[in-house]
Amino acid sequence: MAKARFGIIVFPGSNCDHDAHYVAGAVMDQNARLIWHKEGSLGTLDVVILPGGFSYGDYLRCGAIARFSPIMKDVVRFANNGGIVLGICNGFQVLTEAGLLPGALLRNQSLKFICRDVTLRVENSETLFTNAASKGSLLTIPIAHGDGNYFTDPDTLASLEANGQIVFRYCDREGRITEEANPNGALSNIAGIVNTEGNILGMMPHPERASDAALGKTDGARIFESIVRSVAHRVPSIHIPV
Amino acid sequence: MFRSKITVTLRPSILDPQGKAVELGMHSLGYQSVAHVRIGKYIEMDVDAKDRQMAEKITREVCAKLLANPVMEDFAYSVEAAGREE
Repeated sequence: MAKARFGIIVFPGSNCDHDAHYVAGAVMDQNARLIWHKEGSLGTLDVVILPGGFSYGDYLRCGAIARFSPIMKDVVRFANNGGIVLGICNGFQVLTEAGLLPGALLRNQSLKFICRDVTLRVENSETLFTNAASKGSLLTIPIAHGDGNYFTDPDTLASLEANGQIVFRYCDREGRITEEANPNGALSNIAGIVNTEGNILGMMPHPERASDAALGKTDGARIFESIVRSVAHRVPSIHIPV
Repeated sequence: MFRSKITVTLRPSILDPQGKAVELGMHSLGYQSVAHVRIGKYIEMDVDAKDRQMAEKITREVCAKLLANPVMEDFAYSVEAAGREE
């Protein structure tokens, strides 16, 4: 089976780029390379990862300046052609700023930077990013952010819901979606969403920090396994009810 | 040369926990009369444009494209002649 080709974008201030590169390459045994943000072209890839970190020092707003990096033109082209794009944490913020995903990530309601494990419920297991998990299953994955409070207008929220675009929700250990289990005030406990076409996922939790057994947690690997499987089999994308 | 003065504020529908925290601080100081504190950003910049209309156009565009995120923020600006001649 041909290996999936991952490209991990490196912005000034990215700090989870090497983790994502390590998981895609060493743990998942796929082809992975780092791509400096000033490059003009992605080359031939199956998957683009926008990693976590503090691109451009989070100046102005998280992700606001990174979206104008030279490589982003090609990322947008890649995404619009159906390429698989995964934005993690700051990468999620960049995707919303670039208009590739709806909504915005506001300051955590507590105003605190939160760095701890959370439990996620898989709300849609028919996406390119979750087909190796089952619907309703729980994943323990860490978050580490100050601005992860997902917000959008009521109409967009309703369409995210109706289209199955909400992929992960923060829940308690029994899988209940409660206010106490919501770490940052995110609307409807949203931790990750896909676009309507289903090829772009943004999520605040860090699956790359929970994918190597040596680190004690491997739930994040479900997401990388799903992506590898999707590239290999081109499984049908997200189910959109008619 | 023109000088643009821009404010970017959270849209009214959005909760501002930072404003809330600062408001509580003021109440702790004894200023119970203060309410509805909202925190935003203030940006100044020079714009080299041939007339005011052009300077306003450029200011409006950078606000819409970069300085404010329309999902969560509103912006307002003023443009004044600065330095030499208008």
